[in-house]
Amino acid sequence: MRFLIIVKATPETEAQTSPAPDPAIMSEMLDYHEELAQAGALLDCSGLQPTSASWRVRYEGTQRRVIDGPFAETKELIAGYTLIQARSREEAIAWTRRFPNPCGEGNPAEIEVRPLYALEDFPPSPSVERFKALAGNV
Amino acid sequence: MQNTTNTSAGTDTGRLGTTDNVRRTIEAIWHIEAAKVIGRAARLVRQVGLAEEFAQDALLSALETWPRDGIPDNPGAWLMRATERRALDHLRHSRLTANKADEIGAAIDFQHEVASDTHAEIIDARLDDTIGDDLLRLIFTACHPILSPDARSALTLRVMGGLTTDEIARAYLRPEPTIAQRIVRAKRTLAAAKVSFEVPRGEELGRRLASVLEVIYLMFNEGYTATAGNDWMRPALCEEALRLGRVVAGLMPDESEVWGLVALMELQASRFAARISPQGEPVLLLDQNRKRWDHLLVRRGLDALSRAESLPRREGYLGPYALQASIAACHSRAASVEQTDWVQIVALYDALDTVVPSPVVRLNRAVAVSMAYGPAPALAAVDALMREPALQSYHLLPSVRGELLFRLQRADEAREEFERAAALAANTREKALLLARAARCNAV
Repeated sequence: MRFLIIVKATPETEAQTSPAPDPAIMSEMLDYHEELAQAGALLDCSGLQPTSASWRVRYEGTQRRVIDGPFAETKELIAGYTLIQARSREEAIAWTRRFPNPCGEGNPAEIEVRPLYALEDFPPSPSVERFKALAGNV
Repeated sequence: MQNTTNTSAGTDTGRLGTTDNVRRTIEAIWHIEAAKVIGRAARLVRQVGLAEEFAQDALLSALETWPRDGIPDNPGAWLMRATERRALDHLRHSRLTANKADEIGAAIDFQHEVASDTHAEIIDARLDDTIGDDLLRLIFTACHPILSPDARSALTLRVMGGLTTDEIARAYLRPEPTIAQRIVRAKRTLAAAKVSFEVPRGEELGRRLASVLEVIYLMFNEGYTATAGNDWMRPALCEEALRLGRVVAGLMPDESEVWGLVALMELQASRFAARISPQGEPVLLLDQNRKRWDHLLVRRGLDALSRAESLPRREGYLGPYALQASIAACHSRAASVEQTDWVQIVALYDALDTVVPSPVVRLNRAVAVSMAYGPAPALAAVDALMREPALQSYHLLPSVRGELLFRLQRADEAREEFERAAALAANTREKALLLARAARCNAV
């Protein structure tokens, strides 16, 4: 089972100009991710550039409009992700409990964890088969 | 018990919940911590079997006390200390009763460690430095060639994955007492032979590493052959093998063949969903819907393969796992069967047959020859295998030969080969498919 750990953006991550924030947080993050890797549980991870470097595509009728960042609603934005493999939901919870506070210990912060759909989660049906073929199993 | 209905604020799932939830949480923590805890204890008592028993004992006491007192903030450290305490008690006891010099040595070392480290944090920091080494010693010991292949995989799952005997039994479709016996005997064999808890060195390392990789790959294949309706523990075996492969690659990042095995498993696992049709029929590689391959695993497999290729090799050339991964990668990189680099695949099979000569490899090579150069040269290659003793009852030999004859428009001979293949096939579903294939030859 795969789980996506989403680190929410903060005013600090949004204001960031370099990829390396606080060295203390960085080092805790590295330790944690090394532990994940050592346990064979780490599939992928990355920090994201602030939304000032990003854009959105908005669908309006049949038109598509590209809207450049930055975007204001910080709480809805994400600053990074870690994709892990765990044997069970409980195991994923045990791993994510240890996730270092992305804002530094003692500061209010939140991460969100979303289980990924696996192919087995879809009941077999022709339309689902077609959708899966299109989407791939990413 | 508090109501756990979700509010907008959510609930703290780890703290609340039923006793059953707590038990599942403890088991999950155990899955994460088992190898580290057992490895540490084995370093102290220099015996995997005893170490595993002390760790199990610590787990039992966690199962007793945590549901009542709550899960500690650092459950891993709790389990580690509880296990160490038991190991230390044992060493004290054996110092009083026995004169085993090595155990006393370990006991004295440990006493010194405890005496000199007043802060738990210092111990933790020291632990971090040796954990990788403990894990390596653990897997090398569990995969020791002195044990039978079955015992190696059961013990590896037990100590490296923290699996219960019941989980291992379900994964291998065996009764639980059989697996329990197997593990007990394996521990006894290791203790009786006084197998040292160490990572082998020099030339010994190559041979022993091959055993570790073999155990992991057999485990992977066992899970890969699981079909729909099987216990979920069987496919879970694939994931566990892949996880162990990644663990060993992290611990031995300079070993080409370890990355080769990881690449091979990642690439094969990427086809897990595509290899079974919605009706539950196996789908051959060439008929698979490539869009259903798992692109994340394909990417990880190709990355692992380039690491294998970039590292110095033990024997001077790529090892058998890296070569098989290279073949798998040719398929992964191709958008379709037609766009596959079959000439390269033939060359890779030649290399594989040099490293590990095998008639099965030559049969696979013949299939690649038919794709690269047509059925006639491939038939010649297959005919050269007809007298191979190892292939006499191998149904894929007549099956491949039938396919080639059919493409050469020798339908009668093709039908005979398919019928022969059907008679040899052990799997009823495969038998039926081959008979249907034979019947289609008549229609031409």
